[in-house]
Amino acid sequence: MSLDLTLHTAPAVPLEADILTPGRLAGLSALETAKLTVVHGNQSAELGEFFRVSGALDGEIHLTGDLARVKLIGAGMSEGRIVVHGSAGMHLGAGMSGGEILVEGDAGDWVGPEMTGGRIVVHGNAGHMVGAAYRGSRVGLQGGEIVIFGNAGNEIGSGMRRGLIAIGGDSGDFTGVNLLAGTIVVLGQLGWRTGAGMRRGTIVSMHAAEVLPTFSFACIYRPIFLRLYLPYLKRLGLPVTDAQARGSYQRWCGDAIELNRGEILLLESGDAAAAN
Amino acid sequence: MQLNGTAIVDTFAEAFAMWGARVVITAETAEWARAAAQSMTGFATSIIGCKCEAGIEAELPPAETPDGRPGISVLLFSTSAEGVGKRLVERVGQCVMTCPTTACYNGLDAAAETVVVGGQLRYFGDKHQISKLLAGRRLWRVPVMDGEFLVDERFGIQPAVGGGNILILGRDQAATLRAAEAAVAAMRGTPGAILPFPGGVVRSGSKPKSRYSFLFASTNDAYCPTLRPVAAATDLPEGIGAVLEIVIDGLDLAAVEQSMRRGIHAAAAAGAVQISAGNYGGGLGQYQIALRPLAEPVGAEV
Repeated sequence: MSLDLTLHTAPAVPLEADILTPGRLAGLSALETAKLTVVHGNQSAELGEFFRVSGALDGEIHLTGDLARVKLIGAGMSEGRIVVHGSAGMHLGAGMSGGEILVEGDAGDWVGPEMTGGRIVVHGNAGHMVGAAYRGSRVGLQGGEIVIFGNAGNEIGSGMRRGLIAIGGDSGDFTGVNLLAGTIVVLGQLGWRTGAGMRRGTIVSMHAAEVLPTFSFACIYRPIFLRLYLPYLKRLGLPVTDAQARGSYQRWCGDAIELNRGEILLLESGDAAAAN
Repeated sequence: MQLNGTAIVDTFAEAFAMWGARVVITAETAEWARAAAQSMTGFATSIIGCKCEAGIEAELPPAETPDGRPGISVLLFSTSAEGVGKRLVERVGQCVMTCPTTACYNGLDAAAETVVVGGQLRYFGDKHQISKLLAGRRLWRVPVMDGEFLVDERFGIQPAVGGGNILILGRDQAATLRAAEAAVAAMRGTPGAILPFPGGVVRSGSKPKSRYSFLFASTNDAYCPTLRPVAAATDLPEGIGAVLEIVIDGLDLAAVEQSMRRGIHAAAAAGAVQISAGNYGGGLGQYQIALRPLAEPVGAEV
């Protein structure tokens, strides 16, 4: 039996609800959960003022409703599972170290910033700064996986050091900006200035892209490691084709203004046509 | 005991505790995967002279390999966990990484213990190597002249069994070889077991002593037909003109027994006069594998 929270009153201003993790709600009754404090704008409020709470926690929390104004769902979680039957607000899974968050709708900006483990799956679109470092911080995603089935905004994986971000649709500008390491896969189109300032790491796209002049073309080859990565993403539900997994990719090395040890891999046009 | 007219000696194979690893080699074609596997398992017949024993376990279709390419499964054994690690680094580095288009993966995912292999070979990349971590599995991409060599950082190892064996005694060399070939054909493909000697067969069986002080093993004169009248003792019945041995290493005792069972039945069906096994009186090995239970009719297998 899971703990179910259904939104009955939409917050007029953002609601900060970092208490919504399996770890923080463990051992609480539905009544106790409803009395927990959340921050509504600049006011404290009880969770029950917005959510109807039922059931009991068995490691899984189900949230139902349009939670686009509910921030910090799953922030800092280390275990268990959260399912959002609707959309989720900003800072989803911020700093989480384990467990899984599944969002059936869209997610706001800052999905999984500075997370170190676990998995976030968003079936809709996500905003800017997926898996990114917070402003003033140098390191973003340090582990775990973020999978967005739809499109994502700007600065995906900013400062990311480890882990995997996969975008089923398009990504915005500055994808992988200041990337330290890790892997970003974008099945759709990349925005402008991909990989700007990246030191190490891998950015993969299934489409042609304009590459910054500080990147150098290396070769066209078939990266064997993608034969493991792309089928893995397919098993997670992304629409990866066999042609993409087996395809030839342009390899661009950069960013030369930094360490120049990163890479952008772009599926060759012929293979891209075959994949479509 | 008789099996299809073949005498099954009431004895046992004496086998030894070892450590084993499974290596999955893939390549663009099955031929190149096989080339790497054959190279890796070359000169790996006996711990005595090769520091490890290795062989091809199976050919793998693309659907059964990590990267969806044709593959070969290799088993490698040594007497210690450390020894397995050293031999893997040497042989994956010299025989697999060098072979065009190959990649090399750990084939024992559930093993409790691991040794570092790709984590050593990565240095060949001269700081151009790239680490990838996927679902807890760290891989190394080492740049090479045809692209990249992909290898798992760690390979699982597990306690194993080495030195299972059967001795096939026949009336002459040709007949004995036919029986041995039939046995090998039946034993190949046994999951978790390999036959490390050339073609799966060894003719130079040994005893663990020598009249030379600098040797600790020498020819098994009790089974040499040319020495029948002069050896200190002979184990050759009348009418036996040749003996061939098949040695089996396995990831566990059950795999060794299954391979021996297949070999005994096939050799008997192919005209072996007698089937025996090599042992040292039970004083050396940790395992004693009795022959006769394995010679029971196949339908009686558990």
